Formats: sequence, C-alpha cells, structure tokens
Amino acid sequence: MLLIRRFEERAGQLYGMGMIGGFCHLYIGQEAVVVGMQAALKRTDSVITGYRDHGHMLAAGIPANAVMAELTGRAAGISKGKGGSMHMFSVEHGFYGGHGIVAAQVPLGTGLAFAHKYKGDGGLSVTYFGDGASNQGQVYESFNMAELWKLPAIFVIENNQYAMGTSVNRSSSEDQLYRRGESFRVPGLQVDGMDVLAVRGAAAAAVEWVRAGKGPLLLEMKTYRYRGHSMSDPAKYRSREEVAAMREKSDPIEHAKREILEAGFADEAALKAIDKEVRDIVVTAADFAEAAPEPAPAELHTDVLVGTY
Amino acid sequence: MAEIKLPAMSPTMEEGTLAKWLVAEGDIVKPGDVIAEIETDKATMELEVDDGGTVAKLHVPAGSEGVKVGALIATILGEGETAAPPAAAVAERPAPEAPLMPSAVEARPEAPAAPAPTSPVVEPEATGPTKRQTVREALRDAMAEEMRTTPEVFVMGEEVAEYQGAYKVTQGLLEEFGATRVVDTPITEYGFAGLGAGAAMGGLKPIVEFMTFNFAMQAIDHIINSAAKTNYMSGGQMRCPIVFRGPNGAASRVAAQHSQNFGPWYASVPGLIVIAPYSAADAKGLLKSAIRSPDPVVFLENELLYGQTFDVPEGEATVPIGKARVVREGKHVTLVSYSIGVGVALDAATQLAAEGIEAEVVDLRTLRPLDTATVLASLKKTNRMVVVEEGWPVCSISSEIIAVAMEQGFDDLDAPVLRVTNVDVPLPYAANLEKLALVKVEDVVAAVKKVNYR
Ligand SMILES: Cc1ncc(C[n+]2csc(CCOP(=O)(O)OP(=O)(O)O)c2C)c(N)n1
Ligand SMILES: [Mg+2]
Repeated sequence: MLLIRRFEERAGQLYGMGMIGGFCHLYIGQEAVVVGMQAALKRTDSVITGYRDHGHMLAAGIPANAVMAELTGRAAGISKGKGGSMHMFSVEHGFYGGHGIVAAQVPLGTGLAFAHKYKGDGGLSVTYFGDGASNQGQVYESFNMAELWKLPAIFVIENNQYAMGTSVNRSSSEDQLYRRGESFRVPGLQVDGMDVLAVRGAAAAAVEWVRAGKGPLLLEMKTYRYRGHSMSDPAKYRSREEVAAMREKSDPIEHAKREILEAGFADEAALKAIDKEVRDIVVTAADFAEAAPEPAPAELHTDVLVGTY
Repeated sequence: MAEIKLPAMSPTMEEGTLAKWLVAEGDIVKPGDVIAEIETDKATMELEVDDGGTVAKLHVPAGSEGVKVGALIATILGEGETAAPPAAAVAERPAPEAPLMPSAVEARPEAPAAPAPTSPVVEPEATGPTKRQTVREALRDAMAEEMRTTPEVFVMGEEVAEYQGAYKVTQGLLEEFGATRVVDTPITEYGFAGLGAGAAMGGLKPIVEFMTFNFAMQAIDHIINSAAKTNYMSGGQMRCPIVFRGPNGAASRVAAQHSQNFGPWYASVPGLIVIAPYSAADAKGLLKSAIRSPDPVVFLENELLYGQTFDVPEGEATVPIGKARVVREGKHVTLVSYSIGVGVALDAATQLAAEGIEAEVVDLRTLRPLDTATVLASLKKTNRMVVVEEGWPVCSISSEIIAVAMEQGFDDLDAPVLRVTNVDVPLPYAANLEKLALVKVEDVVAAVKKVNYR
C-alpha cells in the first residue's frame, strides 16, 4: 500500500513537471482494495481493470521502473511507451490492462474467465471497475453470461463515490452497488475497502466460492480517492472537509499501521525502515523513468500487426 | 526538504496565476494540505502537498500572473531539517521545456514502401481436384477443419449452435464439436464481442459470429478499441487473435437498418485485418487463414453469395491474406472490386467483351492490408480504371483505390478513375427503389465506356 501511495505521489509530481502527459489517474486512497484482493490470488489468475491502473500493476508485482517509464513515455516502459498511463499490460504477471473505455474491461474480464473455464486451468479472473462504470450496459451483459455459464469471475466495483464529478447518488437508481447483480443471480457483498484485512477476507471468501464452480461473485468495495479524478480535476463537486475527514479517519495505510503496532507485528522503527525502502524504490523508478530514452522513431510502425501479410 | 514547483495541472497548461497562498512562511503543513490556489487556463485548482513539514519560504507572491510551469514556488522543510543556504533555495529552476512538437514531416518516418508494381499476377485456377460447393458450405468446412486441428478455436454467437446458424453457416458444428465449442449466446452483441476479445487475450482463438454486421454496431467498440489496438498499446505483448464474421452489405428487401456495407469502416482501422471474399474457394481459404492469423480479423461475408456455387479445391487449401487476385484478364480497362461487387464487375466484363472492350477484373479479397501492388500493376497494363463497390460512395474503398491510383499510378492513367457504387441514400424497401439504389452492371458498362472515351 505504501509503495502505491508513494509511487502515485511521485507520479503526480512528475506530471506537474511535465514529464507525464495526457490523462493520469491516481489511486491514492484506494490502495487497500487492490492489495487486499491480490493477497487472495494465485499466479495463474488474471486481473483486468480500467485506466486507474498503476496500483493494480504494482500489486501484481510488475516492477515500478517499467510502470514509471511507461508514464514518461519511454522505450523501457512496460508498453514500450506506446500505451501510457491508461494502457499497460503484462501477460507475464497475469495483468490484462489498463483499458481506457469505461467498463470495456468488464466483458473482457468475463472473457478471461471464459478462457480459464474452457482451458480448465483452475484460474479465475478479477475484473475491477468503478461506480461510474457500473452504469454501463455491458456490465449487465457480462453478469448475465457469467452467471449463465458459471464462469470463474470476480467482479470488483471500486466505489470511490464519484465518477469524475458525479456522485453515486446522482447517477444510480440503486446506489447499493453490491445489489447490482441481483437480477442475474450474481451474489454481491459490500466490503470496507479502506480496511485491507476486510478486503482480504472478502477476497478469500469470493475466491473460494468461484473456484468451487459456483459462478461469479460481485464485491462492492467502499473506498475513496483523495485526489482529483485525473490531474486536471479542480474537484469543485466535493468539499475540502469531506476529503480531509476521509484522510484523517479512514486512511487505509494509517489504519493498517495502527493494527500492526497494536498487534506488535512491528515497531515504529521497522515501519520507518519500510517507508525508507519504499521511498528508495520510487526515487529509483522516477530517476530511471526520467533518464530512459524515448522509443526510436521506427517503433512508430512496429506492433500494429503480429503477422506479415 | 521539498521544493514545490508550479505543477502542470492539465495536459495543455504552460503557465498559471498564483491566485492565493493558503499558508504563510513558518506554518506547519500535513500531507494533503492545500497550500495555494492556482488559476489555469481552464479552472481554479488547489495545490496540495504530498509531504508534511514547515513552510520555509514562499518564492512567488500571491497574485503573480504568468508563473511558468516548473518554477519554484515554495520550499518545505521536513522534520528536523534546517534551511538550505538562501542562494540555493531561491535560485530559479528553469522551467522544463515544453514537450517538443516535432514538425509533421519529422514526426512521420517513412511508412514501409509498397512493393513496386510488376506485371499483374494472374493466379492460376486451382490445379488439383475440385468440388462444387456453395459459399455457405465452404465457410462451414473452413471452421470445422480448423476446429479439428486446433482445440483453442471455438465459435460463439446468436443461434450458432442449436438453430444451426441464422443463415445456416454453422450447420452441423454443434453435433461434431459439442456445446463447449459451439456456444449459443444471448442477444448481447456488445457483451459477447467483448467476452470473445477477452477470451482471445486469455489464449483462445474465438470465432465470433454476428447474425449480420449491422448488429455489430453495438459491438464496434470492442472490435476497434479492445481488439485492434491492444497489441500496439501493449508494445506487442498482448495478442488478440479473434475472427469476427458474418454477413455484411445489402441482402434483399430488408431495408436501411439491415443493409449496409461496413468494409470501409473497418478497413480504416490500423491493427485490424479486413477480408471480404467473393468466391467459395476464397471464402474457405481466407477464413482458414483468418482463424490461423495471430491478429484480429473482421471477415465480411455476403448473404446473397451464401447460396452461390463455385469450384473449391478438395482438401487442405488456404488463401493468403493481403493478396488480390486477377479473376479475368483484359487490356482495355481494370475493374477493381470485392465481395458481391466482383460478380457485378464480371457480368459487366462479359457484356463489354461483346462490344470489343476487354476488361481486367481484380478481386481485392482483403481490404486491409490492401494489395495496392496488384491494383497498380493492372493499371499499368490497362491505363484505365473503374472501381465497383456494393456500398456508399463517400469515404469508401473506391475512394481509397482512387487515391492510391492518383498518388502512385498517376503516370499510368489515361483517364480519371471512376467509381460505380450504390446511390448515396439509406437503402429503400420498395423493390423498384432498392434496385435503383444498388450498384448495377449497366452503370459499370457506361463508366468503362466513359474512361475509354467511347
Ligand atoms: C465509454 C466512456 N465514456 C466516458 C469516458 C470518460 N471518463 C473517463 S473516467 C470517467 C468516470 C468513471 O468513473 P468511475 O467508473 O467511478 O471510476 P473512477 O474514475 O472513479 O475510478 C469518465 C466519464 C470514457 N473513458 N469512456
Ligand atoms: Mg468512481
């Protein structure tokens, strides 16, 4: 969680310095969701998400250098600099993107589940999408097929309460999003997405359900993003007090820190050491991403097609 | 110590106004605190700090306009830090250079050049044993043969299994391969196109049938944004080997919403292969190649051709993607077409021959990548060209062929290239109007006479 937090802060700074271009959506505040989920997965499982994807990649074990270098558009980036913040993939790590069209990842993730079932490899897919995405029709087309064919799919709604500037209440006739699978008989659970252990517990239960062949499951993670929707969001749709209160009372990292200290798993000094280690990783990644060369001009034409015709 | 520089707060921001400081020198700040309001070209934004500490210095007074992105605006000291020497702290860092915008010419390294036109290759008629087969049967055989050898290949779509296909193209597949590999879907084009693309990313080789391509409009986002762009966006590591197939173009008396040729739409998208065959042999050989291709393929069939019979090679035969075929030789004019238009062009060629005009007919077969070499070679030979297309004229395959002829075959042209297409209206229902709207042999004949100045 700390790595994601520090990485994203650094990405925000690099954006401010003009090193990162285009759209850049930070995951700050939501870290517990992806960290708790990932803790319950196996290497053979597949993960897919939308454009707010840096945290998902770090959680999947993709090196910070390759992610940061993609943000700065360098040849050493995970997509050779051709994808950018919203379009990153690592088949090797079971991470299938990184998709810029809101909710497109939902049928794609359902297809990954279809492939797991077809191949009989025991894997499952985890598909993350936002509260805003949950209003797209293709989500329900996916729920229908996933349940109809009992696909090994876990759908995770990251309900950070806003889709750009539109709050859930202003966009959703049913605002209890965990119930959104009901007419397709997809069971849903609502989870405190600011509590990494609660997430991990729910994830473990979901994984067990899905691996048992019972079909898909929907997890609604109640979470919050501290930063604007993307870097150019003036955030006039919510009050400073709302954000500050979330940060103060519900921060997932502070929460985990308190639990670790209370349980005696580590002391302040050990946590400081972890913080230092994480900062070093992020500084190294940022330096790497600044220094790495841009893609060669000839790369413009590569990777359009795989075959030659 | 944290040096706060004026951040770019939008992709286009180069400078801003420091409207207001919300902290003063000496204040203690926590991570996430807002320290200033910045006005950009678009909005007023709040500037947060990532790290806590003491505000040591505010370098830019409130109200400053035209502060460059990257300029040092504040210094914050962490716990236990002391101020750096003042000279260093106030030294203005140069703003990062605005992203270099290379000129359009520099930004476009030469695309790989198309092979120079040689003499047109007339593909020999299949030499081995052949059998008479409809396009429908040929397509079915192509799928069945590939499914027998490759377990990852499966077919999905509406009515493909128990109903045996809305147009009976998947007849018998369910019996042979079972319900795991021949999958009836709900009526959910957007959903199953996306599911198919995801399955392809996950290592399978889906054949997704659209009952007709008119309904793929609901799924076009996945065909283009998910399937066609992923390999490029992932720097070549994520494949999407999928075939989207089904009838395309006008059928008979089904009117505007069910009668449209999407060839030009898909052919404009880099990252896709687009195939539109005419004969049964090409339908079979190209569908087999499409299923084997590591790239996403849009395979455009035609309902009116399904029942037509052709000679099809016996046994294993594939047809290469990206190769046009000269289906009739001639020396006075080149007729370029694809799909059902090839039949129109061939009929016109027969009529023209009776009047002493020998037309060469080129069947494009693949619309992307376009075999410009074969088209240009034929133009070099005949010096005149007419494009025949069952589809609208504007921004069409005809438009593209004409552009290619002008850019790369200008010196070979003895007359302007003409296009003969459907009329530029939604397809009407009434029998007489429908006939008037569709591409016609007599119009092709007239166009050929015009380019031959006869
Ligand atoms: C189909 C589509 N419509 C609109 C957009 C523009 N857009 C990008 S993100 C976004 C909000 C999505 O909010 P949510 O699903 O809650 O995810 P979050 O950003 O909160 O993570 C919108 C409208 C898009 N990318 N794709
Ligand atoms: Mg949201």
